[in-house]
Amino acid sequence: MTKGTALKRLFLATTVLACATGLASAGDYSKYGIKEDVPGICSYAAIDAKDYSGRTLNVITHAIPVIGEPTALHAQQFQELTGATVNVVHVPFGDLFQRVMIPFQTQQAAYDVLFYASLWIGDFNPYLAEVPAEYQQVSGMQAVTATYRGIASWGDRMLQYTMDGDRHYLKYRADVFDNADAQALFKEKTGRDLTVPATWEEYNEVAAVFTNTDWDGDGAPNFGTAEVTKRDDLMFSAFISRVAPYAKHPDVKGGFFFDLETMTPLVNTPGWVRGLELFVEAQASMPPGGTSFGLGDEIFSFGGGQTLMSYSWDDAFIQAMQEDSPIRNKVAAAMLPGAREVWNRETGAWDSFEDPNRVAYVTWGWTSAVAKDSKNQDMAFDFLCFFANEGNTESDLQIGRFGINPYRDSHFDPAFYETELGWDKAVAETYTTTLKGIDTAPNQVFDLRVPGVGEFMSSLAAGVARAQSGEQTAQAALDGVAAEWNAIVERIGADRVREAYANVVALEDR
Amino acid sequence: MWSRSKTADLTEGRAPALRFPAPVSAWPASHPEGRIPQAQTASRFRRIPVYRQKYIFLLPGLLVLIAVILFPLLFTIRVSFSSWDVYNPGLNNAGGAMYARMWDDARYWEALRRLSVLSISTVLIQYVLGFALALLVWREIAARRFFRVLFLVPMMTTPVVMSVIWRTIFHESLGPLNPILDAIGIGAQPWLSQPGFAFAAVMVVEIWQWTPFMFLLLLAGLLSLPSEPFLAAKVDGAGPIRTFLSVTFPMMGAISVGAILIRAIEASKIMETVYVLTSGGPGTSTETVSYYIYIRGMRDFQIGYSAALSLTYLIIMAVALTLIAKALMRLMVRGAQA
Repeated sequence: MTKGTALKRLFLATTVLACATGLASAGDYSKYGIKEDVPGICSYAAIDAKDYSGRTLNVITHAIPVIGEPTALHAQQFQELTGATVNVVHVPFGDLFQRVMIPFQTQQAAYDVLFYASLWIGDFNPYLAEVPAEYQQVSGMQAVTATYRGIASWGDRMLQYTMDGDRHYLKYRADVFDNADAQALFKEKTGRDLTVPATWEEYNEVAAVFTNTDWDGDGAPNFGTAEVTKRDDLMFSAFISRVAPYAKHPDVKGGFFFDLETMTPLVNTPGWVRGLELFVEAQASMPPGGTSFGLGDEIFSFGGGQTLMSYSWDDAFIQAMQEDSPIRNKVAAAMLPGAREVWNRETGAWDSFEDPNRVAYVTWGWTSAVAKDSKNQDMAFDFLCFFANEGNTESDLQIGRFGINPYRDSHFDPAFYETELGWDKAVAETYTTTLKGIDTAPNQVFDLRVPGVGEFMSSLAAGVARAQSGEQTAQAALDGVAAEWNAIVERIGADRVREAYANVVALEDR
Repeated sequence: MWSRSKTADLTEGRAPALRFPAPVSAWPASHPEGRIPQAQTASRFRRIPVYRQKYIFLLPGLLVLIAVILFPLLFTIRVSFSSWDVYNPGLNNAGGAMYARMWDDARYWEALRRLSVLSISTVLIQYVLGFALALLVWREIAARRFFRVLFLVPMMTTPVVMSVIWRTIFHESLGPLNPILDAIGIGAQPWLSQPGFAFAAVMVVEIWQWTPFMFLLLLAGLLSLPSEPFLAAKVDGAGPIRTFLSVTFPMMGAISVGAILIRAIEASKIMETVYVLTSGGPGTSTETVSYYIYIRGMRDFQIGYSAALSLTYLIIMAVALTLIAKALMRLMVRGAQA
């Protein structure tokens, strides 16, 4: 072999080695914390192959950590992979709606990508770009359950890019319900066996027995229930959870908040009033200060082991299952309690049910979208599909403070929570069974996704708060709310509200 | 010219009166400048526009004032006559519909009444406490400088942060206040979950945070008082209470009115404490006007309506504070002088 040939071979070998190393490093995205880069147009590899150098993406999102932190994280990753500049604006929740809405109304393309509460679609839909078909066909989007695809859609158009799934469900201390002493105490006080509450009456009864009692033996009193009761702090969702089984008759279609035909508010009908009366009654079983608990208080009260039961979103359950939690693997999940008597607004009478009417309340949930006026829609949708790709979502689901909760079929696999999060099998089973049950429940309630939803809910919360504080009776408070809702409908226009509300009813009456 | 007139007035035993120079045309021929040729005199008149240049110097400030204060105010007035909200974007012409709606809005008027009670009571308590603290460190006491700084600490903290801390203190399950009350036999109280207690909690935070402001202004006032009246009182044998009532308090009248008014203006805008501590609850028991306008404007996105609420509130507060100022002046300044 001549010297020249040897040099050529050395050069060739070096080149091949360098290429191989380059390819290997290009395909290794584990440094971003993902377990697997699922192939497709949203994958790390596909996004890495794009070049958005010199282009800027403006994103508005919630404050850190909930949603804000994963937005910042994936924006940074997207920037590194594509060369784009991604500006992320974090806004406190109270300001988020108007910070999105004002640029929309004044036709300024201030933001390309928006993260916000999914129930605002009734207000935002005229300003959002439809998710292109190619993104609707990706594996990650195809795996989104029908419920959450429905939430992302306005009529037959998908306007929101699903990246979170939320719902209300019951959480309780399984160790107490399984405890023989607790069972005996309950039997002694009520004459019946201690069971996981199947109705809200039972819920209140269990809560009352176990309130102001040191049932965990730590020397401090425990309480029956922690609920979100603070006005203007998502209390309306807690209230709707309590009302739904009394007011959402499984055989009566055509609206839960309004009668779709007449657009008459139903908020002061007997089913709603019963729900409010029980909500007020439960205050006696709440911890001190429980009648002004915000979501954060509820999370820490149940998640910290102070209360026996709670119901809201995943946060309190996830908090309870944190590795350092004193009640890790001592909790369980279940569908929201139901009602054995349901108001039938068609007959104007209460109908009795042997098996309680259980209503799944699919409420809230963060979502994302691209502004119709954005000049960077291609890059914006790439960012969102990257944000919500399978690898990123699996990673995000494991970090409680991110606020991202299950919404794909694969997220309801208990094995994921056992292996990735170290949950006990029984806990993982109740969690995923409950979530899946909500997703497929025959009787569901969704948020009031119509123009002016903020005003409707603000009015509802104020009315409920008046009843809670004793300023008014449940009936009087809800009569006041109904009067306000009539005024709002009149201002917006009944046809306009009806057209939007028909989308909600279509989801509920599927 | 001016000094000559002044001398003349003094000679006649009258108070000096300001007199402006006579116009050039009225100068006598003997006036040193009266010898200016007619053409030159005319040119003097032509130079008058030169003095108008002073307005050019005012212009930047004026423009800033218009941009910062007048434009938003005029824009708010315009918005208040529109029905701009989430479903009617833009500035349409809704006439006085928003004002008519406000007239029937019981929650707004109730919030206004609640705010009046809250502002008046907290400002008066702040005044009394601030005055007491100022009197305390006005005198020669040990570590006087330390106390002066210490008393100012609450005012220097961010209201939102302090409200969060106070919310933790008042937290009925986890906060430290209830265990302390329990320990001293008073018992735990429903600080944030009962209307009366929640209102009291908001008052406590307001008083804690803003008493130092009163203290600061009143201490500055005390330090600027002349010593002669106090010496005279001492010579006359007046005790501390008599000296306070007859010397200190009357001499502090003007600064007291100023301090009360400044605090009243600030107190009428109370928002952060309510937002963080109670969110206006329980029920609507701690909802103030600012917080209600925030809900209508920011949460419900009723821009036109919240503009009408804001403007009405501005007018009511301007009138109320003017009346309060007049009453206080009569009571504390002129009354004291009499």
